[in-house]
Amino acid sequence: MNLNATFISGRTVNQGCNLENKTSQAYFDAAAYCEMNSKDASSLGVEPGNNVKVTTDHGSVVVPMAICDGNPDGLVFIPMGPWANAVVDPDTKGCGMPGFKGISAVVEPTDEKAPTMPELMARLK
Amino acid sequence: MIIKDVLCPFCGCLCDDLAVEVENNKVVDVKHACKIGTSKIMGHDRIKAPMMRDDKNGEFREVSYDEAINESAKILANSKRPLLYGWASGICEMMKKGVLLNEEVGGIIDNTASVCHGPSALGVHEKGLPTGTLGQFANRTDLVIFWGCNPVQAHPRHMSRYSVFPKGFFASKGRKSRKVVVFDVRKTDTAEMADEYVQVNPGEDYLVLSALRAIVADKADVVPDSVGGVPKEKLVELGEAMKGAKYGMVYFGMGLTQSRGKYKNIDNAVSLITELNAHGKHSILPMRGHYNVTGFGQVCAWETGFVNAVDMSRGIPYYNPGETCSNDLLMREEIDAAFVIAGDAGAHFPAQSIARMGKVPVIQVDPFHNPTTEMANIVIPTKVSGVELEGTAYRMDSVSLRMRKLVDVDFPSDEEVLDKIIAKIREIKGASS
Repeated sequence: MNLNATFISGRTVNQGCNLENKTSQAYFDAAAYCEMNSKDASSLGVEPGNNVKVTTDHGSVVVPMAICDGNPDGLVFIPMGPWANAVVDPDTKGCGMPGFKGISAVVEPTDEKAPTMPELMARLK
Repeated sequence: MIIKDVLCPFCGCLCDDLAVEVENNKVVDVKHACKIGTSKIMGHDRIKAPMMRDDKNGEFREVSYDEAINESAKILANSKRPLLYGWASGICEMMKKGVLLNEEVGGIIDNTASVCHGPSALGVHEKGLPTGTLGQFANRTDLVIFWGCNPVQAHPRHMSRYSVFPKGFFASKGRKSRKVVVFDVRKTDTAEMADEYVQVNPGEDYLVLSALRAIVADKADVVPDSVGGVPKEKLVELGEAMKGAKYGMVYFGMGLTQSRGKYKNIDNAVSLITELNAHGKHSILPMRGHYNVTGFGQVCAWETGFVNAVDMSRGIPYYNPGETCSNDLLMREEIDAAFVIAGDAGAHFPAQSIARMGKVPVIQVDPFHNPTTEMANIVIPTKVSGVELEGTAYRMDSVSLRMRKLVDVDFPSDEEVLDKIIAKIREIKGASS
């Protein structure tokens, strides 16, 4: 089953701690995950740490799922960074700022592996 | 040796009460900083030497500083539309040189605000900014609103040093002197600590701000039963609380600048604060991210008249966000070279924008290997400002402070690299003219 969701990105403490450490496993752990609430996770049939694929009109990315019960139903969050960037909207709507929040997304369980930072960047060159 | 009163070169809080222990020219302990500041000052693995490669998919080879600088100068001198991006993790002294480099090459200089508080600048152009300094807010506020920002995660000491917990002249009971309200689309850790959490539907902050403006203007009768997911009665209660505050404060973040409405959200929020000033004293402040992103706005404004996205291709400063911001330029495929310094475009631009960067020569000046390095052709490592180099930075409330040097290293500063690139470009252009 798929989850129709609204996607947002944002800062976290651990993402901040590893801003100058982006080739590390710690950065991967801090920025490569998708948070949703327990209800949405169980509707997808995924446990924390299971991979999910997040797809928007702008791209898709595979990351592990994490629970955040502060999220309302249908709201998913990936910390700002290369994994979130794979699905955000580059259109600035004429004001310079891309769409990093409020993007329609579909989330589904997957057996695919989450890409590393260099693997993600290699797709772009 | 313990160095006291150290400033933290991470976020816009610029905490200035750190104690850093240095032994044998190495930082061994950081006291009073948050987890992020400690991590930053303790340091990470860094790029050891300048590197170059022709093929972005190939291996880097180590080169001398002279070779990397000369090659960078050649690329920039021969580029018709270079983008000079980043700047926010540097000191003002290097930013000044950045503006000069942009003049030399007729490029576009843009900073990380482009993907952060750039829309706030546009909102301020529209409506101004009724604001103050963090010291005033610590002493005076009795109502504190965090709107679309999460300081517990992004500015961990903001609440303890400035906004929520400090005891002040008119806030003698500290936390108990203040009502704290969080507007957000999800219940963040900051919302958990607040007196009230107001959940707004994603992308509907503008509507909620408009409803509050109506209520403050005694026009609650025009407000529907629910706005942006918030019941009218809650909005009326909050509007009245705002009107009743002696000193109300709104801190805002990416929840307003990056969601639907973008700069219009800021425009509307500033209007609300302006109107509230008919009742009490109210201020508003963007929660700035990089420790000196505010400084770039200052330097760029006093050098060019504009805060970011300044296009010098006409020989005079031209500023039109939406046209001259980094992501607009990249998506239109206008850029033929990118110079990324003290900011990480590779990690914080949408993938489709970065892919455009993948097609042009990329020069990176940065102490650390990051996603921009993956896209780069030339990498020039420099000092970490605020740890290995002193200089001026501006706190999020535009108070300028002097960053301190804690240890000595052999790497050149950003400013030294920029000076050499500028000199080389003048040499190349002089020879060809």
